[in-house]
Amino acid sequence: MTITDDAASLNEWYAVAGMDDLRVNGPRRTRLLGQDIVIEPAANGAPCVATAGEGAGRELPSQVLYGYVWASLGEPARSPLDMPEFAEDRRRFVDCGTVTVRTSPYRVVENFLDMAHFPYVHTGILGEEPLTVVEDYTVEIRQPEDEIWATDCTFYQPKAAMSAEGGIQTRYEYRVGAPCVTVLYKTCPVVEDAWDLIGIFVQPREEDLCDVHVWMLLIDDATPLASLLSFQHMIFVQDRSILENQVPAGIPLDVGAEMAIPGDKMSMTYRRWLRQKGIVFGTSRATA
Amino acid sequence: MIRIYDYVLSGSCYKVRLFLSILGLDYEAVPVDFFPGRTHKSPEFLEINPLGQIPVLEDGDLTLRDAQAMLVYLAGKYDPARTWYPEDAEAQGRIAMWLAFAGGELMNASAARLHDMLSYDFDIEKVRAAAHDALRVLDDHLTDVEIGGGEWIVGGGPTIADIACFPYVALSGDGGVAHDDYHAVRRWMYRVKKIPGFVVMPGIFEN
Repeated sequence: MTITDDAASLNEWYAVAGMDDLRVNGPRRTRLLGQDIVIEPAANGAPCVATAGEGAGRELPSQVLYGYVWASLGEPARSPLDMPEFAEDRRRFVDCGTVTVRTSPYRVVENFLDMAHFPYVHTGILGEEPLTVVEDYTVEIRQPEDEIWATDCTFYQPKAAMSAEGGIQTRYEYRVGAPCVTVLYKTCPVVEDAWDLIGIFVQPREEDLCDVHVWMLLIDDATPLASLLSFQHMIFVQDRSILENQVPAGIPLDVGAEMAIPGDKMSMTYRRWLRQKGIVFGTSRATA
Repeated sequence: MIRIYDYVLSGSCYKVRLFLSILGLDYEAVPVDFFPGRTHKSPEFLEINPLGQIPVLEDGDLTLRDAQAMLVYLAGKYDPARTWYPEDAEAQGRIAMWLAFAGGELMNASAARLHDMLSYDFDIEKVRAAAHDALRVLDDHLTDVEIGGGEWIVGGGPTIADIACFPYVALSGDGGVAHDDYHAVRRWMYRVKKIPGFVVMPGIFEN
């Protein structure tokens, strides 16, 4: 129940509600960085408004983007990441709902970036023993957007997506657009030279509790919605079980605090990048 | 072919998938957008099950709701040896008692999980306490069973009572209901996982 003064966290944009969820369930009362916030459709023509605090509260910077309401408790210096694929007509946006996970938001992002766990946690789907080696890939921090990109990633996947017929050598690119925003670009099984996008927008509620907004942007008109959802929910909740058992819940940002394996350079880059930003909320420094 | 209206994260649907696998039966799973779409509450689905719940099982002309009812049916129809639902009246009475427990008191563990995972609006402290009460009842029973030389909830072998109780016991950690202190329950879970045909779901592991 920390109210953080961590400027690096306060000045970020966070997805705090799905537009589908607001349409169906009305105003969303939730938490962001240890504070109460409310997201509701606005009367003045603006699509949505987010407020913090008791009673009338103060109005927060907010905007609607990529199917979600984004808000900030501080003064964001830059916009959320740019994803031009959202403007492509051939793509289908799938809001996979919001799943709560009791751990640091950065553990959720780090797990999303990790290919080494595929054969063990997503056995028979995203990986399979004995094909457990993570081939080398490239990691860079791109400027001026200040995003982490990992390219040339490949992994053998028995069932890479609902639209995949049998196992394929899947190509990946990973992108971290902000500390709580990450997107995976993955071989589209049905169209050559195209990526499917799978993303998570993590909403840090408390230091060790987050709502994870899960979405997909696919080239796939054929698979029924319920099948796409069940596939993604299976993957995500397999991860959730593992994440909730990681100790400590706060992510350690001290180099060497947790032993890194060679395939782990994405994780090392991410942790170093968070440390350089001065992120405190949700790290083991803060929760120790 | 047997068809079930199914959701991958539902422990109740898993109950039926688990038993179908143990019996070695083929089936068609029709995924339902339980979350976030809540289509099990849609007018179309209420035609299939007026209670708006999953799973639903169809076999020929028969449509069943309630996972416990499905276990009774599947055991009666597809287990000719009748070990899973013995024809003995006393065993049937005991099994019915634990089926009601699985669909009743133990569902507090499901409520806690829906709260913690999918933000369902439950009084979390209350449902967690009730889930612990249920686990304690099961643990006491299994302790007595073990003292008497047994391993299963009813009788000398696994029955549909074990299948009905297993999922939400095994998934209780998802709702913040740890089962570390229920030692007899933990040993029993280990035995259930060794039943030939055992399958997992997200949140439940092979070992």
